[in-house]
Amino acid sequence: MPHAPWLAVRRPLPARRALPLKAVAFLIPVVLWCVVSYVPAVWHPQRLITDAGGSENFSTDQRLDAASFEEEQAKLTAAHQPLMTATKVNPIFLPAPHEVGRALYTAFTTPPARKGSPWLYERIEHSILILFEAFALACVIAVPLGLICGTFDFFSKLIEPFIDFMRYLPAPAFGALMIAIFSLNDQPKIAVIFIGLFFNMLLVTANTTRTLDPALLEAAQTLGASRKRLVFNVVVPGVLPMLYTDLRIALGFGWVYLTIAETIGEMSGITEFINQQGKFRNYPNVFTGIIVLGVLGFITDQFLGYMGTILFPWHSRRKKSTWLKTLTSRITVGRPHSGFESATPHAAVLQAEAVDARA
Amino acid sequence: MPVLELPDYRTQSPAVADRFAKLRERPVVLEATHLGKVFDGANGPIEALHDINFTVRRREFVTVIGASGCGKSTLVRILAGLDHQTSGDLLLDGKPITAPGPDRGMVFQGYTLFPWLTVRQNVMFGLRMKGESKHSAKNDADMWVDIVDLKAFADHYPHQLSGGMKQRVAIARALANQPRVLLMDEPFGALDAQTRSAMQTYLLQIWKNVDVTIVFITHDLDEAILLADRVLVLEPRPGRVAELIEVPVPRPRSAEQMLSPEFLATRRRLDDLIHPKTAVAVERPHVFRMTVVGDDVE
Ligand SMILES: Nc1ncnc2c1ncn2[C@@H]1O[C@H](COP(=O)(O)OP(=O)(O)OP(=O)(O)O)[C@@H](O)[C@H]1O
Ligand SMILES: [Mg+2]
Repeated sequence: MPHAPWLAVRRPLPARRALPLKAVAFLIPVVLWCVVSYVPAVWHPQRLITDAGGSENFSTDQRLDAASFEEEQAKLTAAHQPLMTATKVNPIFLPAPHEVGRALYTAFTTPPARKGSPWLYERIEHSILILFEAFALACVIAVPLGLICGTFDFFSKLIEPFIDFMRYLPAPAFGALMIAIFSLNDQPKIAVIFIGLFFNMLLVTANTTRTLDPALLEAAQTLGASRKRLVFNVVVPGVLPMLYTDLRIALGFGWVYLTIAETIGEMSGITEFINQQGKFRNYPNVFTGIIVLGVLGFITDQFLGYMGTILFPWHSRRKKSTWLKTLTSRITVGRPHSGFESATPHAAVLQAEAVDARA
Repeated sequence: MPVLELPDYRTQSPAVADRFAKLRERPVVLEATHLGKVFDGANGPIEALHDINFTVRRREFVTVIGASGCGKSTLVRILAGLDHQTSGDLLLDGKPITAPGPDRGMVFQGYTLFPWLTVRQNVMFGLRMKGESKHSAKNDADMWVDIVDLKAFADHYPHQLSGGMKQRVAIARALANQPRVLLMDEPFGALDAQTRSAMQTYLLQIWKNVDVTIVFITHDLDEAILLADRVLVLEPRPGRVAELIEVPVPRPRSAEQMLSPEFLATRRRLDDLIHPKTAVAVERPHVFRMTVVGDDVE
């Protein structure tokens, strides 16, 4: 296919084209940010006064919006006073990339302002630990319960209606209650994340379990599988790859609940850092905190997505790149595949065919 | 147009008659008496099967044929124990069938291989359920994978196989359990004509060498005749036995026999049973003339 179109309906692009596009996806916002920050003609709605001139209302280093600045200049001209000089700047809440870049470095290397309060990396560790504990606890309880509900209608009817009600109660609303129960430690935070994740996780697991093709269960029965074997040898392995994806998505929500949970009781972790820096109007550091959260979430998700291709080689049909193939060939017997997140089997087949055709 | 002069489908050559005489002496494996099934449909009860009677003897190959919706799948699901009859009795080796079990293997029309298991592991599944050790299950499975000619694909996952290969694995998986009866519900329905023909040859070859009784559902008349000792013809609404035909075509079978007089006679009989001429009022759909090109087509 020498001239395959770039815009073909529902046809995945080959890796040769997809990879650069993925890079561009990150490049576009960065380039936009640079343009807004470094091209004075773009936006820059404020004026930072470098010399107040004859003005009595404003002083050096003060920021004011363009209209007020022009008004003051007009007044000064009328009064035959020396004019102000100023540079065009963006509002303080939008620092330039290089400022954020510098902050990203210094935030990690600067010791905490107050003695005894944690370094940034310690805050990150703390945040991750809280999220991990809550997520693991939710998984350990919700997944088996969900599997049971999805397998046996008895438990579905017994458990799911109440859980369905509970999941509409917003987790942050439990903050005060959790502090009362667990006092001012990490526990109320873990509890709030747990509540946020648990109920949905249980219902999603049950629903995913119910999507298993009943024909597989019937086939297993005609092969002599007992009820116990049906659960452990068919239901569990059959839904595992989909459950894995569900849990990946749940972890994504976990980061959201984390930022809420960290404001409960004693503020802590990255959220406290972001809030503190916001109060000091140190916006490069605020961006640092936000970027750290984003990078952590993105990297864990990508990693888990990649792990999925190794753990469940049968689930997807897209080919792995060659160096990954060597890495995983011991586990994925035969033709290894990747792209666990592939949208539909159909799209994946097309992709596999496209790759085959090129090879 | 002169119609082919065909013998009566009931006339059997001495060799064939002898075969059927011997077959009738074999022990009965499956026995259905007054079997009936009524579903509780949304608009009242639906009688899917009505007073079905038949016996299947050991190592017999019975095909079940009938129009769509005449209860073929319902019948085979009841035989498998996946569904239950609402009246009548169903015996396997003299014992009533109540639940699915490894003595009745089943091959479905859709692909029901376990996607998380390789070909070999799929074939091992039933053996492991029986409590066979991993080692001996693996040896057995390898033998069956070899029988269906998929040795080179033993470590492949189902999604890496073609439709025909998948059904071969499904057959191996069912046979590895050494069931008394192999139930097959339109197993080749989704395959193209060529693959289908190859699979029929395969199946006959396996059946010839393995001690298994086969009940095979199809809606393809040629397939029904080519494979079967006897063809069970079902009539729709409610599903009843129209006739149980002894196929007069000698064995071993091959695709060339499809033009033999016995084959054609049987085929014509099946055709009459399934598409009764009286019922079909040949109506030509009214279509506007939209072309004059090559106007001498008729
Ligand atoms: N679970 C069910 N509930 C209600 N009616 C059913 C159910 N299963 C089958 N039926 C009805 O029973 C009749 C027989 O269905 P069945 O699937 O056995 O037909 P079939 O001969 O296998 O058809 P096909 O050749 O299309 O597979 C149909 O009229 C169908 O509507
Ligand atoms: Mg059917």
